[in-house]
Amino acid sequence: MPGVKIDKNYCKGCELCVKACPMQILKMSKEINLKGYFFAQLVEPTRCIGCRICAITCPDVAIEVNTHGTQFVLFEY
Amino acid sequence: MAKKLMKGNEAIGEAAIAAGAINYFAYPITPQSEVAEYLCWRLPEVGGVFVQAESEVAVGNMLFGAAASGCRVFTTSSSPGISLMQESISYMAGAHLPVVLVNIMRGGPGLGGILPAQSDYFQSVKGGGHGDYRIIVLAPSSVQEAVDLVILAFDLADKYLTPVMLIGDGMIGQMMESVEFPAKYAKPATPEGKDWALTGAKGRASRIAKSLFLDPAKLEINSFKLADKYKEIQKSETRCELYKVSDDNKVLITAYGTMARICQTAIDELEEEGISAGLFRPVTLFPYSEKELYAESTKKNIKAVLTVEMSVGQMVEDVQRILKGKRRIEFYGRTGGIVPTPNEVKDKVREILKIKKTK
Amino acid sequence: MAEITTIFKRPQSLSDNVTHYCPGCTHGIIHRLVAESLDELGVRERSVGVAPVGCSVLIYNYFNVDFLEAPHGRAPALATGFKRVRPDMIVFTYQGDGDLASIGTNEIIHAANRGEKFTTIFVNNAIYGMTGGQMAPTTMPGQKSTTTPGGRDVNLAGYPLRVAEMLATLRTPSFIARTTVYDPIHTVQAKKLIKKAFRLQIEGKCFSLVEVLSTCPTNWGLSPEAAAKWVKSDMMPYYPLGVFKDPEREEA
Repeated sequence: MPGVKIDKNYCKGCELCVKACPMQILKMSKEINLKGYFFAQLVEPTRCIGCRICAITCPDVAIEVNTHGTQFVLFEY
Repeated sequence: MAKKLMKGNEAIGEAAIAAGAINYFAYPITPQSEVAEYLCWRLPEVGGVFVQAESEVAVGNMLFGAAASGCRVFTTSSSPGISLMQESISYMAGAHLPVVLVNIMRGGPGLGGILPAQSDYFQSVKGGGHGDYRIIVLAPSSVQEAVDLVILAFDLADKYLTPVMLIGDGMIGQMMESVEFPAKYAKPATPEGKDWALTGAKGRASRIAKSLFLDPAKLEINSFKLADKYKEIQKSETRCELYKVSDDNKVLITAYGTMARICQTAIDELEEEGISAGLFRPVTLFPYSEKELYAESTKKNIKAVLTVEMSVGQMVEDVQRILKGKRRIEFYGRTGGIVPTPNEVKDKVREILKIKKTK
Repeated sequence: MAEITTIFKRPQSLSDNVTHYCPGCTHGIIHRLVAESLDELGVRERSVGVAPVGCSVLIYNYFNVDFLEAPHGRAPALATGFKRVRPDMIVFTYQGDGDLASIGTNEIIHAANRGEKFTTIFVNNAIYGMTGGQMAPTTMPGQKSTTTPGGRDVNLAGYPLRVAEMLATLRTPSFIARTTVYDPIHTVQAKKLIKKAFRLQIEGKCFSLVEVLSTCPTNWGLSPEAAAKWVKSDMMPYYPLGVFKDPEREEA
């Protein structure tokens, strides 16, 4: 069961992960972080497939991807 | 080690090896290309690095990269090439890195000529690149002294983490004299014991060789750190020589490099005519032996101080600054590659003392 | 409950500092790819990077690696000097298009031609970022910049430089590739090429350069998403992706 952890204080609100997520389960927050950016949030954690595409896209390395149990590795990275 | 008859350019290369500096990056330029032609086969013999770069701009920057490794690095060039290195000298000074450069001066400005001159005093002593920095400048007047000063240059560069430049002229580079090298050569220098050297961030925080400080407070600190370094250098590292200086002197001649040797001959010949002159020869042009020059120049017996240079007058401005108007200062210079003869110097001394030339 | 494994995290070669880059700037991605390569190849502790002048002038704040700060364009010369004296260390330069393709063309051509064994990461975003958006040698014809407000006029400024192709014409063996990071699929491919470039250096094989088509949302006046699309629509037709030179391919 995979999941992502987004450190909101690294996020600069570029929204690239929101566009990249194949499950479309990332959305921008309504609050702002310390720098004044809206940050990305995982809104439907149960639908995360652990593909890591959001983390690969993020220019600020704000996203960490974890999993437990069986995890399909969809591509080598 | 026995004395050898060697060309100045080659002796300078060998002296660097004697100092444990076996990493050389250079670009050919008259009158010092022989250094590269010598080191290209000599350095592989000692396991060193020889790179003929694509330009002096590249040379200066290769030195910058290699200097940060903690190994001893050097180059030789001539006036127009040294102009191209000013960028990297400024950067290396700002980054507190040791490097030795040799300028075998030729006529300038611009493409100038290929014969000897001393017209790079301003460029090296007053700082040819941008920013608040100085470099140590050493001026040999013989091939043996060039060898000794090259070895000293590396020690000074490492001690103060600053670029050091040796300025010779085409004569030093081209002439052959007997030289003696140290009996024991230093082992090639390594990064060991140098806490500023880039050796890979293993078990420690990363080190950065940089000169950029966007925070003005930090940049000021760096500039003052450099200024303090130069104050320390000014206190401890001045070197000069006196020749036939006595209380009988009527004129004190100041000259450096091979010009000083010509003046020595003039002084000897004047002595035979009954005219007493002495020579103050600075060996370090920065830091300058200001106290000694002032003391010798302001002695009661000195009627005038004559500065002789192969330029239109560069060191003479420092002489004027140091003597603060306390003595009459005269200047004699030839340039363009023309070397003053002892006769010209003698004529100038007689002119100053209003003595008619006999015979 | 099964043990939690991390399948993506910040590489060790990257420091914890928040970068100063603009939102959506692909420098962040490329920095991470370099850091991941150094980590996975196990060379962080014997690596030295050479920083350029440009937006990434402060790259040394973002890596746990020793760094040299080069004058504008001169990074390949610094890398040459350092690598020649310390061939046991892994040396890389990280340069933008002003640094490498404008003031530094002489240094990169000769380093590549001599076959100096370091790796260059060339970030091509068709503009001068740090200084506020002036034309670069890589700016597209008709592209607006602060020094070409009417768009780049090829009659005055010529056509953009294709650095990867130019360096690939040199006889000396090297690894020359062009890739992009405008979307995750290409980013995965870019990482493979960057890692290969470093692997070739570790094996002592050759000079390597990976040109990465990148975005500059701020100076292009586009959102990060639109900037990514512009790379595909306007840059990729002129700057084709591919491996232009590969010593392993030539050997085969």
